[in-house]
Amino acid sequence: MTSGRKLRILVAKPGLDGHDRGAKILARAYRDAGFEVIYSGLHQTPEQIVHVALQEDVDLIGLSCLSGAHMYLFPRVIELLKENKAEDITVIGGGIIPVDDIPKLKKAGIKEVFLPGGSLKDMVDWAKANVEPCRYGERKE
Amino acid sequence: MFTQRTLGQVRKGGNEWERELERSVEQKPERMERFSTVSDVEVKRIYTPEDVKDTDFARDIGYPGIFPFTRGCQPSMYRGREWTFRMFSGMGSAADTNKRWHLLLGQGETGLSTAFDFPTLMGYDSDCPRARGECGKCGVAIDTLTDFEILTDSIPLDGVTTSMTINPPAPVLWAMYLAVAEKNGIGWDKIGGTIQNDMLKEFIAQKTLMLPPKPSIRLISDTVEFGTKYVPRWNTISISGYHIREAGSSAVQELAFTLADGIAYVQDVLERKKLDVDSFAPRLSFFFNSHLDFFEEIAKFRAARRMWAKIMRYRFKAEDPRSWWMRFHTQTAGCSLVAQQPYNNVIRTTAEALAAVMGGTQSLHTNSLDETLALPSEFAVTIALRTQQIIADEIGVANTIDPMAGSYFVESLTNEIEERAWEYINRIDDMGGMLAAIEMGFPQREIADAAYHYQQQIEGGEKVVIGVNKYSTGEQVYPPLLQISEGLEEEQIARTMEVKRTRDNRKAIQSLNALRAACKTDKNMMPYVLEAVKAYATEQEICDVWRDVFGEYRESSVHL
Repeated sequence: MTSGRKLRILVAKPGLDGHDRGAKILARAYRDAGFEVIYSGLHQTPEQIVHVALQEDVDLIGLSCLSGAHMYLFPRVIELLKENKAEDITVIGGGIIPVDDIPKLKKAGIKEVFLPGGSLKDMVDWAKANVEPCRYGERKE
Repeated sequence: MFTQRTLGQVRKGGNEWERELERSVEQKPERMERFSTVSDVEVKRIYTPEDVKDTDFARDIGYPGIFPFTRGCQPSMYRGREWTFRMFSGMGSAADTNKRWHLLLGQGETGLSTAFDFPTLMGYDSDCPRARGECGKCGVAIDTLTDFEILTDSIPLDGVTTSMTINPPAPVLWAMYLAVAEKNGIGWDKIGGTIQNDMLKEFIAQKTLMLPPKPSIRLISDTVEFGTKYVPRWNTISISGYHIREAGSSAVQELAFTLADGIAYVQDVLERKKLDVDSFAPRLSFFFNSHLDFFEEIAKFRAARRMWAKIMRYRFKAEDPRSWWMRFHTQTAGCSLVAQQPYNNVIRTTAEALAAVMGGTQSLHTNSLDETLALPSEFAVTIALRTQQIIADEIGVANTIDPMAGSYFVESLTNEIEERAWEYINRIDDMGGMLAAIEMGFPQREIADAAYHYQQQIEGGEKVVIGVNKYSTGEQVYPPLLQISEGLEEEQIARTMEVKRTRDNRKAIQSLNALRAACKTDKNMMPYVLEAVKAYATEQEICDVWRDVFGEYRESSVHL
C-alpha cells in the first residue's frame, strides 16, 4: 500500500442470484480486518454496481455470483469501469465458477477468482498484497 | 424410562468410569478441549440412561405412524416403500431438462424435481434486461406454456410426482402443470407433486423476491385453498428449512424458523379462507437440509416431527392424525461441499444422505460432487443417485424403522434440539409471529451471526474441512463439467417471441386484465392465472400484473 488511508471495498451481488451468505461473511471479514466496506445488497445490475463504486470511491470491487451468470456479469462490470475511466479499481470475483472459466475471466480483467471452500484469510491477505488505493482526485478530472 | 435400580447402577458405574477417565486423560489429554456439533451444540463424553431418565416412551418416542410421530410418519416406513429418489434437476432449455429427466427416470429415479433458472424464479422472461446472462444457467428457463409442454414431453404426469422449486411465481408454474395435465386428458385428481411456494423463508434466506410479504401470503393461501378443492394429491406448499440452513443457520434455527413459518401459514389460511384445519393440514409438506453432523441431523428430523405434531394437535386443535404428521423432503447440504479435492464431496453427501434416511425422510435429493463448480454432469448426477440407491438396497439401514431410537445420545440430543427450538418459537410468538419477526430482521440477523461464527471456526481450525484446513494438498484435479450452450439465451428469446407472435393476443390481454381485476377483490387468483397461462401469457406478463398492483419488494436493510 502506498498511502496510509484505509482501503475501501465494495462487496457486490450482481444479477438475480440470491445466495448472499458468502458475500456477507466476506464483507464482515474485510471490515474486521480494518477495511472500509460497502455491501451492495442483492440483485444489482452491473450499472448499479459501478455507479456505487464511483460514488463511494472504492479501491476494490468483490463480485459474488452463484447463479452461473458470471461470464456476462463480471466482464460487464469491467467494461463499465473502463467506460468511466475507472479501470484502476481492482475487481475480483467468487462463487460457483467452472474452473475453465477462470482464465477467461482473468483475461477479461478480473484479477483473482475465489471458489467455495476458500479461506477468508486468503482473501483478506490477497487484498492487502495486491490492491493499490485509487487516486480519486486525479481520475475525476 | 428406567427403574431406580438401573439408575443406581448407572451412577455407580459412572463413578468408576470417571476415576479411570481421570487417569487416562492425565496421561493423554483429549484431542480437543470442547467437542461440539456442526451447529456448535456441546457434546458430552458419554450419554447414559441418566440423560434420558425423564423421557417417557409413550409420550416422547412411541411408534411410527402414531402421535407424536417421532419415529416416522407412516406405520411401515421404508419396509413398505423406500423414500422417493428425487433429484433436483434443471438446466438450459426445456428440451435439455426433459432429456435429463428421462435419463434419471431411466436410472431408477422415482420422483421429479425441477430447478428453474433465476429469471424464472424471480418472475422475469428470458428477454428481460435484468435477466441478461442468466438464461438456463442454474436451472431450466420457462417463459410460457410452450416451454412447459416441452419440459414435460413424454413424462407420465399421472405416474410420477413432480416437485417444483418455485416461490413468488409459484401459482404460474403450477398453473402450467395443471394446464398440461388437462391438455393430456389427465384429471387433476390423478396428478401429484409439490410447489415450494414458501415466501417467508425467501425473505429470510433464499431471496427470490417479488412482492411484499402481505400479498405474498395471500397468493400462498389462494394456492392452498385451490389445491384443497381441486387438486387433492398436490402439496401446495413445502415449508422449507433447507435454504435457511444453506444461508448459514444452525440446526436448531433451521428447525425453529421453519416451524414458525408453518405456524404463520396455517394461521393465515384459517383466518383468510375460513377453512377447517383438517381440510388442508394433511397436505402441508416440509423440506429440510441434511448437513454433515450425523447425529445432530437425525435428532433434528425426529424433533421436527414431534414438534409439528404437537403444534397441529394442541395449538391448532386439528383432529385428523394426518394433520399432525410431518412429511418432508430432504436435500443434502450444498454448503458443506467444497471445490478442493471435489471427489471427496461424494463421501460428504453419502453421510448426509444416510442421516436423512435414519431421520425418516419421505424423499431425498443427493448433491453431485461437482456442484461447487457447475450444474451436475451426467457422470456426477448418476453417482449421486446411486448413492441413495446403495443406501436403500445394500447396507441394511432400511430394514427396521428408526433404528436410532433408544440411543441415549440421540434421544437426549432430540430433546435438547426440541427444547432450544421451542425457545425460538416462543420468542417469535412474543414478537407477534414470523411476519413481524422478519420485518424486524430477527431471523436474518440470527442466521448471519451463526454463519459468521461457523466460518470463524473453520478459519481457526476448530471445525475441520478435509482438503481445506486439513490434508490440503494444493493439488487441483477437477472432473469434466457440464456446459450450458452460449446460444441458449438467444434461442430461448426467439421461442418466446414466436409464442407471443402466434398466440391469440386479444385473449392473452383479456386474461391478464381479468387477473388484474381479481387482484383488487378477495377472489382466489388461481382460476385467473390458469386462464392467462392457457392463453399463452408469459410468466413475466402475469407477474408484472402482480408487481403493478401490489408493488415490488426490495430488501432494505442488511445485517452484516
